[in-house]
Amino acid sequence: MAAHLSVTVNGTVREADVEPRRLLVQLIREDFDLTGTHVGCDTSQCGACTVHVDGKAVKSCTMLAVQADGSDVTTIEGMASAEGLHPLQTAFWEHHGLQCGFCTPGMIMTAAALLASNPDPTDDEIRHAIAGNFCRCTGYQNIVIAIRAAAAAMRAGSTAGAAS
Amino acid sequence: MTTDMLGKSVKRVEDRRLITGGGRYVDDIKLQSMAYCAILRSPYAHANIRSIDTSAAKAMPGVLDVMVGTDIPYNPLPLAWPAGGSAGLQNNVNTPRALATDSVKWTGEGVAAVIAETPEQAFDALEAIVVDYEPLPTVVDAEKATQPGAPQLHENAPNNIVFDWTVGDKAGTDAAVDAAEVVVRQRIVNQRLIPNPMETRGDIGLYNPGTDEYTIWMSSQTPHIQRILLAIFVMGIPEHKLRCISPDVGGAFGTKIFCYADYVVVLHASKRLGGRAVKWIESRRENYQSTIHGRDHITYLEIAGSKQGEISAVRVKTYANLGGRLSTIGPGIPTTLYARVLSGCYKIPNVFAEVIGVYTNTVFVDAYRGAGRPEATYVIERAMDLFANEIGMDPAELRRRNFIAPDKFPYENPSGLGTASGGAKIYIDSGNYEPAMDKALAMAGYAGMDKAKAEARRRGKYLGVGLSTYIEVCGVAPSKWIGAVGEGWGAAMWESANIKVHLTGKVVVTMGTQPQGQGHETTYAQVIGHELGIPMEDIVVQHSDTQGTPMGYGSYGSRTSSVGSTAAIRAAAKIREKARRYAAHMLEASVEDIEVDGAEYRVKGSPDKKKTFQEIAFALDLAFDAPEGMEPYLDETAYYDTPNCTWPFGTHVAIVEVDEATGHVDLVKYVAVDDVGNKINPMIVDGQLHGGIAQGVGQALWEGAVYGDDGQLLSGSMLDYAMPRAAWFPHLELDETVTPSPVNPIGVKGVGEAGAIASTAAVANAVNDALKPFGIRHLDMPLTSQAVWKAMQSSKGAQA
Amino acid sequence: MIPAAFDYVRATSLDDALARLAADDGAKVIAGGQSILPLMKLRLARPETLVDIGRLTELQGVRRLPDGRVAVGALTTYAAMIADPILGHYGLLRDALPNIGDTQVRNRGTIGGAIAHADPASDMPAILLALDAEVVARSATAERTIPITSFFEGAFDSALRPGEIITEIRLPGGRDDVGSAYSAIEQPASGYSIAGVAAVIGARSGDRWGLCAVGVTGVGEHPYRATAVEQAIRGGASVADAATHATDGITVASDIHADREYRTHVAAVQVRRALEAAAARLG
Repeated sequence: MAAHLSVTVNGTVREADVEPRRLLVQLIREDFDLTGTHVGCDTSQCGACTVHVDGKAVKSCTMLAVQADGSDVTTIEGMASAEGLHPLQTAFWEHHGLQCGFCTPGMIMTAAALLASNPDPTDDEIRHAIAGNFCRCTGYQNIVIAIRAAAAAMRAGSTAGAAS
Repeated sequence: MTTDMLGKSVKRVEDRRLITGGGRYVDDIKLQSMAYCAILRSPYAHANIRSIDTSAAKAMPGVLDVMVGTDIPYNPLPLAWPAGGSAGLQNNVNTPRALATDSVKWTGEGVAAVIAETPEQAFDALEAIVVDYEPLPTVVDAEKATQPGAPQLHENAPNNIVFDWTVGDKAGTDAAVDAAEVVVRQRIVNQRLIPNPMETRGDIGLYNPGTDEYTIWMSSQTPHIQRILLAIFVMGIPEHKLRCISPDVGGAFGTKIFCYADYVVVLHASKRLGGRAVKWIESRRENYQSTIHGRDHITYLEIAGSKQGEISAVRVKTYANLGGRLSTIGPGIPTTLYARVLSGCYKIPNVFAEVIGVYTNTVFVDAYRGAGRPEATYVIERAMDLFANEIGMDPAELRRRNFIAPDKFPYENPSGLGTASGGAKIYIDSGNYEPAMDKALAMAGYAGMDKAKAEARRRGKYLGVGLSTYIEVCGVAPSKWIGAVGEGWGAAMWESANIKVHLTGKVVVTMGTQPQGQGHETTYAQVIGHELGIPMEDIVVQHSDTQGTPMGYGSYGSRTSSVGSTAAIRAAAKIREKARRYAAHMLEASVEDIEVDGAEYRVKGSPDKKKTFQEIAFALDLAFDAPEGMEPYLDETAYYDTPNCTWPFGTHVAIVEVDEATGHVDLVKYVAVDDVGNKINPMIVDGQLHGGIAQGVGQALWEGAVYGDDGQLLSGSMLDYAMPRAAWFPHLELDETVTPSPVNPIGVKGVGEAGAIASTAAVANAVNDALKPFGIRHLDMPLTSQAVWKAMQSSKGAQA
Repeated sequence: MIPAAFDYVRATSLDDALARLAADDGAKVIAGGQSILPLMKLRLARPETLVDIGRLTELQGVRRLPDGRVAVGALTTYAAMIADPILGHYGLLRDALPNIGDTQVRNRGTIGGAIAHADPASDMPAILLALDAEVVARSATAERTIPITSFFEGAFDSALRPGEIITEIRLPGGRDDVGSAYSAIEQPASGYSIAGVAAVIGARSGDRWGLCAVGVTGVGEHPYRATAVEQAIRGGASVADAATHATDGITVASDIHADREYRTHVAAVQVRRALEAAAARLG
């Protein structure tokens, strides 16, 4: 029994007919061909599949596609804008916050949610916030540095924006 | 003038795609009319298969094919590296099947494969396959498996022994142990680990009936090697009929070196479907059950020496668990790559090791980050602490007294690296161990540890400090050593690079190595930009496809920077030389008179008579004016076989606090001083060290694959296998000494494994140091809260 | 990774959901999905129908009841609870909530889902036990209130009946003369508790504590109230002595992460630490 659904993905309304058992991550990857969102485990642990649903970071492997019907979904492909990369993307690049890159999209999406609620996190707060995102390459060190740097850049940017 | 980027922390070329979701991993590839494969895995660790009924599954919606072992024309996978080196050594070989036929030897061994229109249909149909198993008794512990009465896995392997391999001077070592003032003995377990790259494995098979050719997309570290193994040893087709493509690889750590059953399944499946592509993607659960594990040694250690701290001998007997069947190079890891480097960075005159490779009802064990060298480092670094403890000497001082002195290089170690096989001399190329240790001790505040321990006690904590003064053998390997019949793995290990210069002067580099996150697209461009004097932006580095890249042996064993980069430098030298000859022609000068400065080729003494690299490339591409005998176009390939391995070293210091009430261990400070020689990109080097250290700490404190006695994998998912999380680490403090390797022109040594090799022992030594007040000498890893608390309790009980 | 097939209905109201549950024995409720979906992906749970109550706003949010108690809607997420000013007064919630699951799980996981799942190592049950919470459950025909102390009946087994949905959880109102805290030692892989302890303690009057309630998770077959500890405290025992009764009468669980001996020990340690922290909050 296929269910019809409509989701706004990275600002564009997308529709699909899916089995109820389709996971949100499969909808994103298979139906919408946005393969930046990854699957790294089958127990909702690793966070590689993290996307934003209505502004909140969620594990898209642990949400049914039908549960996202009518929602606003942002994936890694939606982070950069016409003006350029998102500050987190820039900071991950600048500070070598990735190696194999497989966890990176999920990591950036979780970090973006953190910075939306806490624009100036401590290192401990950053490490706590990414507890649900595993990285096997970096030992997390440069990820923490990158998130801290992105936070500073975003604060500077918003100050500049307010002044102008 | 182009800025020379060699040695600079250049941002990575590959990152733009990876941070924007544009990476292309195997599961991201969709081919037209692609079908999906799911593999049925054994629920038993040891059983005979009486029958398999696939009829109901074949009738399920969307099912295109169901394959069992007997559907595969040639089923066994190859073994590339039996244990070797001593005369008459026998390997009792049993390798995995593409799909099991008569029996299963571990929980998760593949039994049947469903190919269906959708992944959902494939998974649904798995449940309709009926397998009649006859369960058999199981054994999962390598030492127990060799005891009389243990369940037997294979008829050709009595007592489950794959091999009984020795190295070193037994008589000399026995005599040295007998004569020693002090002998310390300890049973040491190096627990089994699950490597856990964040991307699991996966592959897509595609058969072309029109050309009778196969293509496979694979998450592999070794596409060229897989072509050899799959084509020649399994599929029975010529190499040129198989193309292996490894797209972006989401981490590997050794697990993606090997020849796996699923490769064979998807290739045959595609042919059986008349050429439809067939994709198989491994679930994490399958990754835990049926991709290689690492380590799993039980070692009986003896270390002998004087009361003054002069180590005279090390003797070990190691049981190496190799699993239910042998992975591609499984036997080579606990023999050549372990026992031959057991003496570490110490001038220990007598070393003897016996390694018994053992079959058990567990998944196969093969190379995991470090591969043998972490196991060796753990043994010798624990041994040094145990010995220091025994004679009441500071562990740093004991190390200092036994370091190989800087004037002794090149150094031949006594466990036989120098005479490994084929007569090739493998020696430790260079080293200067004390300065690295002194620097690390200063950074860690080693002199003030007694005060720190007293302060921790006031907070209910026991503080401990641990050292690991490791060396590693990298840059594998000279072919006359590793490729020799006998000890070697029967294949060469040279490396390759091709450079093509297009008419605009833009450069395409292809290579035989295969990145998995190390940033080769950046580091090769830095090296070649330096060699040709051109900007990195003018260079694109391509890899990962047996069609279009020169034959090479892939990336593992920290070999790409030393062996692969040298091949690239040699290819660049050929380009430069041809460009110079053509510049001479263009400038009407003799070749000897052309001097090269970066991308400028000019006539000595006439600085205004010059041509740029781009001008030369353009002219040589159009070639209307090429001199007689000169081939058009700048296109050169180099193959490079290293004369020796490279030997990074360093000192890592870990400081931990143990909570007396719960046994919980907190890593509070970590200092690493590494000497990896010169660096192509220091930022990438640091990143490799961070990740390696974290993996090694993971082994010391949290990680462990646990099988029940019945062969069920109890740590069967990330819910039970503790993947290290960000909050468990302090900020790692890194520094360096630089002793360039004389083996290659850049002076690099390799850094892919160093962190993982060093950190496990440092942290374990720190925890054991913290537990000294309890009279605890040695505690096996992982040093979980429960393990530490229980050790404290039993020692309290013993004291009471 | 792929669940077995099922039918899906999105409930339009609580009554609609209850009617569908009543009509279909094979139906299960899904809210945030953080408990049931992982089981379904491994095919350890295979409901025939999923009734999605995730969008029923009537079950979301925190409100103060006229009698001073606090009602938490069953669909209130962990993240919403962390942000809620009323719940911010409870020390044990401040301790526990930020460490339950991870950022992403807290954004989807709900209080009702957590207790309906009745995981023996979940943190929220211990907290609700220590708070003497009440669970309000409704079926198509009736509503009833279940004291939390009789809610958990076994591993993944509760007093909730087929056809019932948890609608809200009622907590006693915050009091200035009561201190509370949560202390746990985590199983490192899953983040679930090897031993998690919620303690609520009332101000001393004379040489006796005013009240004492201790909820324990991860230790027994299901989360429980450590009544022996509470009695000891009420009887005037020191916190350290009382904590030694943490597992009295309990069949202590054992697994690859913590055997019976260790779990018994750390249960006592966490009881002591939670009680000490709760007492410290009394000022």
